[in-house]
Amino acid sequence: MAQLVLPLGYRPDVEGTHPPLDFAGYASTALRHPANGLILLPHRLTEITGPVFGAERVQPGDDDLTSYSGGEAVGQRIIVHGRLLDSDARAVPHALIEVWQANAGGRYRHMNDQWPAPLDPHFAGYGRAVTDADGSYRFTTIKPGAYPWRNHPNAWRPAHIHFSVFGQAFTQRLVTQMYFPDDPLYFQDPIFNSVPDEAARARMISSYDHSVTTDHWALAFRFDIVLRGREQTPFESEPDDD
Amino acid sequence: MTELGCTPSQTVGPYLALVLPWEDGVDVVPVGTAGAVSITGRMLDGAGEPVPDGLVETWQADPDGRFDHPDDPRGAQRYPGFRGFGRCPTDDAGNFMIRTLKPGTLPAGGGEIEAPHLNVSVFARGLLNRVVTRIYFPDEADANAADPVLRELPVALARALIAIPEGAGRLRFDIRLQGPHETPFFRV
Repeated sequence: MAQLVLPLGYRPDVEGTHPPLDFAGYASTALRHPANGLILLPHRLTEITGPVFGAERVQPGDDDLTSYSGGEAVGQRIIVHGRLLDSDARAVPHALIEVWQANAGGRYRHMNDQWPAPLDPHFAGYGRAVTDADGSYRFTTIKPGAYPWRNHPNAWRPAHIHFSVFGQAFTQRLVTQMYFPDDPLYFQDPIFNSVPDEAARARMISSYDHSVTTDHWALAFRFDIVLRGREQTPFESEPDDD
Repeated sequence: MTELGCTPSQTVGPYLALVLPWEDGVDVVPVGTAGAVSITGRMLDGAGEPVPDGLVETWQADPDGRFDHPDDPRGAQRYPGFRGFGRCPTDDAGNFMIRTLKPGTLPAGGGEIEAPHLNVSVFARGLLNRVVTRIYFPDEADANAADPVLRELPVALARALIAIPEGAGRLRFDIRLQGPHETPFFRV
């Protein structure tokens, strides 16, 4: 029997792109970060494959967070859209995206959230969508509010939307947070600032997109999500002449 | 080729329960599937306290050692009733559970064979990125001894990745994020 040749794995993460697990500024990491070094796991079949979920995980209306329980959510209506890509700018099609967020007052619909901003009976704060053939996705929601937390004195989380993304491989799985342009709260937020590289931090901030903003309806923000690309064979690589 | 910078990871925070748990999340195979194995465990922090706001995800081959995925070089193969993926939030005591079938062995290239295993992603408030581990099976001593991942590890770490039998069809695998018995975690 011919020996199996495994497909190429995925490129390693660029240093500074992802936060360290041990980050003193974010108090909850103290007892939850592994202290031993991570062991390198070569990419074999279990790593280069992964759960591929499509439309079967999404119901009609799951991409609209503004009309829970038969009424309209309070707040600034926004469209959040973008493309799911790999680092070679290839679209990642038919991939599940799950989102969750606080309401306009900065309150999550979760029993552990004690921030006394009112709950909105018409905002549940979660949604799902699947990328199309072009890797594009789109949600309609309201702009989440900032909210205080106990990490440090006068600590406030910048407005954000949580994104959970399945790419096409176990190695591509990503959970991140999308932020908004010009938020004044970044300077004191350890979660945002846990990402070492400034350019990488900036990639978590959506951009205002007037071309999708809809007259008398909603402001639009664009958030492209980039997952790791494949290793390349020397044959495919451009000459390294610089 | 232009290389785009990747989007950074951020923590799931304390409210992942709003959307990530699925009603059928633990059912890699449905209730009542012949030969099903339930893998239960607790997620614990560095003080030995339960992590009540975590999430465990598993990904694995089917009992034939195949994946329903286009990048399996042997071709995608669908195993009836088998999803390959499991997902379970932890409860107030840090407990999680996955119901699955034991995967087959996998060709690892170069004539090597990987022992049956599940890849595990762990998410929680306080984890700025997921951490990844593997669950191996206690009744696969020979395959485990030859496994190219386990073989490279110190004996104590390799042993820590093997689930503990708890009676017919039941295995235990605790996840200790930190502390003297910290679970071995991988960089993928």
